[in-house]
Amino acid sequence: MLQFTCPHCGPRAQAEFVYERTVDSVVALDASPEDAMRTLFTRNNPRGVDDEIWRHTYGCRAWMVVTRHRVTNEISTIRAVGPEALA
Amino acid sequence: MSQYSAFGLLRGAFNGQKHWQPAWRDPEPKAHYDIIIIGGGGHGLATAYYLAKVHGLKNIAVLEKGWIGGGNTGRNTTIVRSNYRLKPLHDLFEFGLKMWEHLSDDLNYNVMFSPRGAMFLGHSDADMTKLAERGDAMRCDGIDADLMTRAEVAKLEPLLDMSRDARFPIDGALIQRRGGTARHDAVAWGYARAADSLGVDIIQKCEVTGFVRDGAAVVGVETTRGRIGAGRVGICVAGNSGHVAGLAGLQLPVESQTLQAMVTEGVKPMINSVIMSQSLHCYISQSDKGGVVFGGDPDNWPSYAQRGNSKVMEGAVAQGLALVPALSRLRMVRTWSGVTDMSFDGAPIIGETPVKNLYLNGGWCYGGFKATPASGWTYAHTLATGTPHALNAPFALDRFERGATIDETGSGPMPNSR
Repeated sequence: MLQFTCPHCGPRAQAEFVYERTVDSVVALDASPEDAMRTLFTRNNPRGVDDEIWRHTYGCRAWMVVTRHRVTNEISTIRAVGPEALA
Repeated sequence: MSQYSAFGLLRGAFNGQKHWQPAWRDPEPKAHYDIIIIGGGGHGLATAYYLAKVHGLKNIAVLEKGWIGGGNTGRNTTIVRSNYRLKPLHDLFEFGLKMWEHLSDDLNYNVMFSPRGAMFLGHSDADMTKLAERGDAMRCDGIDADLMTRAEVAKLEPLLDMSRDARFPIDGALIQRRGGTARHDAVAWGYARAADSLGVDIIQKCEVTGFVRDGAAVVGVETTRGRIGAGRVGICVAGNSGHVAGLAGLQLPVESQTLQAMVTEGVKPMINSVIMSQSLHCYISQSDKGGVVFGGDPDNWPSYAQRGNSKVMEGAVAQGLALVPALSRLRMVRTWSGVTDMSFDGAPIIGETPVKNLYLNGGWCYGGFKATPASGWTYAHTLATGTPHALNAPFALDRFERGATIDETGSGPMPNSR
């Protein structure tokens, strides 16, 4: 099991966290239908690093962005989610 | 290629079994093939076999980055069934199930298909209603399905915890008696041997690293064993669909996740059917070698690691022990994981891509093994003719933008909620 360092609670077991989706798959409110379709239904799905949104569901319940390598599971950063984090 | 037979085995017995030959060649890649299939799993090998056998094509290669059948073909829980709810899935999987029934004869290779019954347990009135609905849908499309009472379930599987205070009390079940299991390695090897005997080049340790373009069209592949030209290229790489399609600049409605499975030590027969559940994501069967095979939920987060999270395994084991308490006496001897390409409606994608000459067979989620013959048959048709077979036409890649998704569970575009 991985260990995630929650920006609010510190290091915790992965069991407390739930994966939501990738950062680039959040549909903007003013997206065109084509953009919304692409964002909702397709993924880069890299065999490498991607930015993922996770939630500390069984802890502080805050959202965060986890930058993780999908083969080695190495976590490079975990950031709290906010307007600046998603920018 | 000599035919396998009981007589040949008997003759070998008088000759120290010295007559055995490698079941397929190990050829060097040629400069050009009419059709290249990327991925030497069951689906890719089946596609090559039907291209050669049904469509008469001779100049075909299967490129495999590791060894054939070493990916999800060798990592699934070998369950074969067609008990779905939606018509396009019925048509495809039932076509496949009918092929399973004759596959060993067709391939001259014993795939050990064992139609021992695929049973979904119901744990509540709501479960039984959902199972009845599914059974009705199946029977409307001519697929066998029977609702079972508690007593019938207890008779078929005496080791289930049938007590009323069980953690998951059992009210009944829906069974597809023609469903069952097969030996997954034999499926890869049988298709490989049969395809090779028809002239298909199976090239292992050959990873595709890029596509060769002529304008908008794909005309070949770059590999770790050099550039190979191709008339048409078919991607058939399961969990790596997103990665390989990405080499051609495509983004797919697919996210790769981990699915785990495990097996116990071998014991005498104790599980007679394939036990699944309407409420739980736990499936139990016993291999012919005696090991009890079971699996659970996907890990529900993206990964190409081919190793999973202990928490998910613990959950699957807890469910299995609750259903069959006698399993607690067994030692688990192996666990493993595969990378599943979770599509965004839970159904596979078989057909053309926006790139000319490039085709895709993927998005099988955690349910591809059972479809191996049907997948190969329809993909071969698509690759040979350039147009989809009637059975895979509904599974086109552009169905998402057309709003024509095939969403069996009705859970929308979230792979991690399936």
